[in-house]
Amino acid sequence: MVPTHYYLILGAALFTIGVIGVLTRRNIMIILMSIELMMNAVNINLMAFSDRLQQVTGQVFAIFVITVAAAEAAVGLGIVIAMFKNKETMNINEIDLMKW
Amino acid sequence: MGQFFKLADLGAIAPELELILWGMGILIADLIIKDKKKLGIVAIVGLFVSGIFLFRLNGVEATAYGGLLVIDQFANFFKLIFLVAATLAIAISMKYLDIERENHGEYYALILFATMGMMFMAGAVDLVTMYISLETMAIATYVLVGFLRSSQRSNEASLKYFLLGAFSSGILLYGMSLLYGISGSTRFIDIAEALSRRPLNDPISLMAMITLSAGMFFKIAAVPFHQWTPDAYEGAPTSITAYMSVAVKAASFAMMVRVFMVAIYPMRPHWVAIMAAVSVMTMTVGNIAAITQSNIKRLLAYSSISHAGYVLIGLIAGNQTGLIAVAIYLLIYTFTNLGAWAVVVALKRRDVIGEHIDEMSGLFFKNPVAAILMLIFLLSLAGIPPTAGFIGKFYLFASAIETGHNTLAVIAVLNAAISIYFYLRIVVAMFMREPNEKTELTYSPALLTVLAVAFIVTMFIGIYPDPFISMARLAIPAGF
Repeated sequence: MVPTHYYLILGAALFTIGVIGVLTRRNIMIILMSIELMMNAVNINLMAFSDRLQQVTGQVFAIFVITVAAAEAAVGLGIVIAMFKNKETMNINEIDLMKW
Repeated sequence: MGQFFKLADLGAIAPELELILWGMGILIADLIIKDKKKLGIVAIVGLFVSGIFLFRLNGVEATAYGGLLVIDQFANFFKLIFLVAATLAIAISMKYLDIERENHGEYYALILFATMGMMFMAGAVDLVTMYISLETMAIATYVLVGFLRSSQRSNEASLKYFLLGAFSSGILLYGMSLLYGISGSTRFIDIAEALSRRPLNDPISLMAMITLSAGMFFKIAAVPFHQWTPDAYEGAPTSITAYMSVAVKAASFAMMVRVFMVAIYPMRPHWVAIMAAVSVMTMTVGNIAAITQSNIKRLLAYSSISHAGYVLIGLIAGNQTGLIAVAIYLLIYTFTNLGAWAVVVALKRRDVIGEHIDEMSGLFFKNPVAAILMLIFLLSLAGIPPTAGFIGKFYLFASAIETGHNTLAVIAVLNAAISIYFYLRIVVAMFMREPNEKTELTYSPALLTVLAVAFIVTMFIGIYPDPFISMARLAIPAGF
């Protein structure tokens, strides 16, 4: 059986990749994907703990996280489409009407 | 294990349940009713009905759904704030949306759904409930911020708010998953129990505490996680900015009080240090950045950042006075800030942005009543007696001194002094500059009602705060 901490290291690594992706990438789609990666890192954590503790709570929580992530992705893509209709760019640096 | 769903649980969530059904009803009615202003009135009626259900739960102390939710005076106090904020926000929206030519039924339904999420947030004592209700509120708000679909600024605001909001939820979730791993439960009480059994410097608890706090600080727009606020507040429809700056903030604080004072209370020595630093930075950066702004919406956005910094003082003090101060401050801030935003909404006319500070010049000569009301709201935001803002700040600073955080209290008072400077910039523009042809107001009966209510409550709490303070005292029993 795979020890729990292996999963946690995987989760932490995925989460870090997600955070770095959000902070450094400039394409809105890739930022959205990085956020999904963070959510899935959390799901791996929850699964690992749920398995370790022999409980179902963590799995239920993970299903809720997946559901909310789907709703969030739908709204996020809607916002991106609404924006794209007005200004054809996917680069976050060019979305700079408001600053300071 | 007993039955999970009981019929009594439905009674416990009656106010929220009613809002969901009403919101769905509005979505259907939107197909039939052509005059969208009527839908706004329907939504306000829905909020009143929800208020009646809430009133019937007054004084009830219960847990529902096997401990996922609690009904107590604390939750009821905050639920009342959300209902009031939503009602006032809808009242200032109706005319505004007509001017923007974006009056749709979804707008009112989304406000009801967001309010429903906030009401669950105030009662959540479980990580799952807290997360779901937080996202219900957040997703509805993302859409509302981007509601002016043809405006690039609104698109941009909504995109920035969405990206940073989702990012912060991810960070928050990571902390939650670690807390679940530590305690094997998602209940706040069990988490507190498990944390108190671990050493104070345990790295995993620290990691969980730091990620959780970072996510929370994003939600209340505390420095250094405040970057999205001015942009989101500037680009959003002004009525939504008003709603967000009071209701979303109050909901996040209600959630924070439960998380910090119950779930991760055993780690208090650590989070107090972090929170004190964040509070000082938030007040200072918010106030100093506000000085340089020439756009009223942006100025009020920075002012709302600094107010989050003040409210954090109550959590740092953490005693009964501190938590009462948090509750009473948020109640006062709801009325005062919505009043100030209502004046800004009144400045909006067709094809005129109506946000620049110059567009307020000479308002006193053209419309003395509006100028004097704005003056009172700004004085209340700055915390000058006899307005309500003074009472809120008084309780916050008193709680800091009671618990020996004297330096923090001094910094907060200095910051309140800085804030007077930029609030008075608006006053100077209104009272001492020549009027230009730009200064015109568009009124609607609903907007006038909001101004009157905000004015009466602001002055009433300032002169005779006792009933509201005893209400807050009931909401926060000793040893919360």
